[in-house]
Amino acid sequence: MNDSILLDPTAENAPTQRARLLRPDSLDGKVVGLLDISKPRGNVFLDRIEEQLAALGITVKRYSKPTFTRPAPTALKQQIAAEVDVLVEGLAD
Amino acid sequence: MTTPPPDGLIVVAKADCPTCRLVEPLLAELAAAGPLRVYVQDDSDYADALPDTLYDETLEQSWRLETEFVPTLIRMEQGREVSRTYGWDKSEWRTISGLSGLGEELPAMRPGCGSKTLEPGITERLELAFGDVQLQSREIDVSAEDDAIEACYTRGWSDGLPVVPPTPVRVLRMLKGTTRDPQELVGLMPPDLVPCTVEKVAINAVMAGCKPEYMPVLLAALEAALEDDFGLHGLICTTMFGSPLIMVNGPIAKAIGMNSGNNALGQGNRANATIGRALQLIIRNVGGGRPGEIDRATLGNPGKYSFCFAEAEDSEWLPLAQERGIAAGRSAVTLFPGEGVQGIIDQKSRDPESLARSIAQSLRAVDNVKLAMAGDAVLVVSPEHARIFIEAGWSKQHLRDTLEQLLMAPGEDLLVGAGGIAEGIPARFKDKQVPKFRPGGLLIVRAGGTAGMFSAIIAGWAASGPVGSSPVTREII
Repeated sequence: MNDSILLDPTAENAPTQRARLLRPDSLDGKVVGLLDISKPRGNVFLDRIEEQLAALGITVKRYSKPTFTRPAPTALKQQIAAEVDVLVEGLAD
Repeated sequence: MTTPPPDGLIVVAKADCPTCRLVEPLLAELAAAGPLRVYVQDDSDYADALPDTLYDETLEQSWRLETEFVPTLIRMEQGREVSRTYGWDKSEWRTISGLSGLGEELPAMRPGCGSKTLEPGITERLELAFGDVQLQSREIDVSAEDDAIEACYTRGWSDGLPVVPPTPVRVLRMLKGTTRDPQELVGLMPPDLVPCTVEKVAINAVMAGCKPEYMPVLLAALEAALEDDFGLHGLICTTMFGSPLIMVNGPIAKAIGMNSGNNALGQGNRANATIGRALQLIIRNVGGGRPGEIDRATLGNPGKYSFCFAEAEDSEWLPLAQERGIAAGRSAVTLFPGEGVQGIIDQKSRDPESLARSIAQSLRAVDNVKLAMAGDAVLVVSPEHARIFIEAGWSKQHLRDTLEQLLMAPGEDLLVGAGGIAEGIPARFKDKQVPKFRPGGLLIVRAGGTAGMFSAIIAGWAASGPVGSSPVTREII
């Protein structure tokens, strides 16, 4: 059997990397979101970040996913996108 | 589009077939009586004096005419076939040709030979070249590389073991195992949430070593894994041990030769090994769930190569799938977020009460003896242990009820810090009796060889239930 042609078993995602959004030069006047993915003690970490940002006079909004085991619900993602300029997400405990 | 064959007679022949040679002198007579086209499957001078003899080098015409034997004689009228015979059958040839004296000197009958279109590996090539099936996956030319298996490794398609190179012919053959359209969407495959088609399933099934007849089981397993209750996304990404375990019930297990007996949880059976592996390869290749990347397992478990077995169903114990709502006589898969296998050795209990206590104590080890209602568990009861319960009249449900009762524990023993161990359950359980498993969190199946007073625990993900993963059962259609 001729094995020289194989069918791609993958999702065939384009190899080109998506360009990231430019980082803001400053957080002045920006609203920062903090997303708690509902892992234990993630709130402790995010509480401290909130304190530090607040001390700089930056507006902070808090969000949490119902469970870390699933992607954020679409409604939550849309809400975050509408309300903040920058989001900090903790990925693990 | 191809031009339809002309009206009149068609003969498909092969020069190296003695029966084709036997009828060759008659073809001039047929041509004189009306239009005759001859397709010759091998390069030769066969019937080359006739005006409409064509060398069917690609076998396209033979394939389109669904030729199984040579010679085949066909009559076409108004673009449609109205009659056909094969081999040499004097009366059939006379009827179809309308020539009542045809082949007077020949014997009444001679069998023909097989058509070249049916030689091994040829049919699929012809179908790929001329058929309706259009495979959509990107073709990757590995001809510049020494070894197709190594090429698969290089591209990151392997779980660490060699994979069968997914050539178009092999993939087409795999697709014969299902009636579903290759381009049908099975679901969005986590963690990358990309569309997974039946064709992608078949490609990964080829790589895993599946036979086409396993496809219905694999497709049902994938669909069960993609149900929201199963929480596959989190299971793939977790730091914990679990990964999809497939348990099969019903007649399909025997039909495809699955192992539910000796070494049921071990190696050596093609169906068990490759169905579980194919699901893992789909997770890796289609979903993008690769260890060290988004699969963050700290230790993992050997079942992440493959974990699939069938229940050794016993008429006295309700099979798992039936307990979970599937009708008797139907086949089903149950997906469970399984860790590894923990054996329970009890060679001394001879009554169900003792054995149940023994098993209950062992089940406390799931997750941590001080944790409760975290991970589900599958209890695999071997035939010798099951017999003790069955002979005493204990149903599976009775065993489960008894185990749940035996597994109630005083909360104060399990609290954080109790027994000098920091791990444990919150202080609010202090004055409560605490069950080990959440309701519905203990599954029981019967499997294994007939000798050995052992059972086994397959612990689940510590994020069991709505927060993470619940077992999912799905009928195999």
